[in-house]
Amino acid sequence: MIDGFAISALYALGATGFTLIFGVSGVLNLSHGAIMVAAAVAAWAAASILHVDTYSGALIGVGVALITAFATYFAVVKPIQDSRRIPNEEKEIFVLTGTLLWGIMIQELIAYFFTNNAKTVLPIVEGVVDILGVRTPRNEIFTAVVCCLVIALLWLLVNRTRTGKAVLAASMNPRGVTLLGLELTNIYIVVWAIYGVLAGIAGVLLGMFLGVSSYSVGPLTASAFSIVVLGGLGSVSGSLIAAFVVGYLETITAYLVSPAYRTIPALLLLVVVMYIRPQGLLGRR
Amino acid sequence: MSGFFTSRLFFVSLALVAIAATLPLYVSGYVLGLLTVAFYFGVFAMAWDLLFGFAGEVNFGPTFLIGVGAYTAGILNNQFGWSVYLCIVLGALASVIAGLVLALPALRVRGPYFGLTTLVAVLMLQNFIVVFADLTGGEIGLTIPDVITIDAGANYWIALGFMTISAAILYGLSQSPIGLVLQASGQDPVQAGALGFNIVKHKLAAFVVSAFFSGLSGALLVFYFGTASVGTVVDVAVGVNVIVSAVLGGRRTVLGAALGAIFLIVAGEFLRPTGELATFIVSAVALLVVLFFPGGFLGAALSREARS
Repeated sequence: MIDGFAISALYALGATGFTLIFGVSGVLNLSHGAIMVAAAVAAWAAASILHVDTYSGALIGVGVALITAFATYFAVVKPIQDSRRIPNEEKEIFVLTGTLLWGIMIQELIAYFFTNNAKTVLPIVEGVVDILGVRTPRNEIFTAVVCCLVIALLWLLVNRTRTGKAVLAASMNPRGVTLLGLELTNIYIVVWAIYGVLAGIAGVLLGMFLGVSSYSVGPLTASAFSIVVLGGLGSVSGSLIAAFVVGYLETITAYLVSPAYRTIPALLLLVVVMYIRPQGLLGRR
Repeated sequence: MSGFFTSRLFFVSLALVAIAATLPLYVSGYVLGLLTVAFYFGVFAMAWDLLFGFAGEVNFGPTFLIGVGAYTAGILNNQFGWSVYLCIVLGALASVIAGLVLALPALRVRGPYFGLTTLVAVLMLQNFIVVFADLTGGEIGLTIPDVITIDAGANYWIALGFMTISAAILYGLSQSPIGLVLQASGQDPVQAGALGFNIVKHKLAAFVVSAFFSGLSGALLVFYFGTASVGTVVDVAVGVNVIVSAVLGGRRTVLGAALGAIFLIVAGEFLRPTGELATFIVSAVALLVVLFFPGGFLGAALSREARS
């Protein structure tokens, strides 16, 4: 159960950034998994090659994710959005293709420089602790706590600060925001920064918890994508609920049936939701 | 249609096919094998382009259709020993049924939601293949007892002929009134419907045609390889290659998709000496084309011709 909670919290963290970007700028970032893996591998490399302590390693990982997220925005997404040669109704598919290619490039670079082997980031908190007779690694609790804290911070940022309110407004009506004299590009940059930090933290924690390799890029993107669609594209609270549903469903299946079937019930659920309620659990049309 | 037979595009493609047909006389079996795979891939990409470029449906799971066709043909041959040609036809039919199943959500949901449904379809198929390993060979792959022929030249001609015929049919379809209605319903479904066209029927037809050619090509590819495995016909990465080739060659051109596929496979082979960086370079080139020539190879060439 605690295992499931930690996994769910991690999924939630990864998916929140993804849905935030979509909600505000309508961009589905298919290089999401690559950015998370880049963060984890950077944290691993900093700790094992440069021999920095685990805290700085984690910070470096988050920093790398932030830089990669900015690179994604300025090198891939913005040129496509600004391009006059691509008709507006096709920008979506170009952003999808572009970020997909970008993700593959990051993945291949990681594989080239750091090999395909799975890497486990050294946990910040070590040791195990007994909770109601279940031996639980402290790191798992730490993961869950950090995820909840970050999500709470995000909520405060979006709902209680001026920048956050501008972001919220942009997701509701981009044209209205520009009419109020706010620069839309600046809002996008803020969102990508938030996204980079979120993906970085999620990536580093994932590296500590399960370990990552360049092969995890595809599955990570797919899981974030399905959680976000399940919860409703652009709805942050929807993806939080969906993340917990998927996380627990996977963990329970892995324990009760067999780890081989781990992803199947979540996929089935997704198909059912798509048929009955295409806009997702809490989505707006 | 009659304009096409006198257009420059027609003569250029005719010349290219004629040159390609004589290749077995003077190049090695290795090059032929590479091009054979590339031609089958070209059909995948063209079938995908019909669905995306014209019907406007973003299909992230082209390998669902390809995989169903390939595995049906392979399993029938492996389990019952039916003749190769019967298996290929049945594989294509199974793919058409799969296409109809896939089309059902497409008529309800749009855009990214539909894209996700198709992605899930691929993941389900992949899980299914691994779980029913007795029947499908699981992750190792399915061995197929029969092949069409072992002669590299004959295989090459079959692939080239198949690609040429598919290209002619798909291109003809895309330029026909049906293709125009599809294009209209992809761009503005409400208005196309208001003009009295049955969008549902046309989209279903697009799915069926796309599935038929994907499945047929997948089945042929399986009998060329002599094996069917998740890594060659089902994996999401294969689907990504199909999509990249179509966008690279020029979407909404059908023929460009085949060019893109051949480029992608041949370039991947040329870059093999660079080892693991090969995929990186191919994706980087593809990204640059997407950013700077959004029309793709054929799109850029055609617009230059139109300007002059």
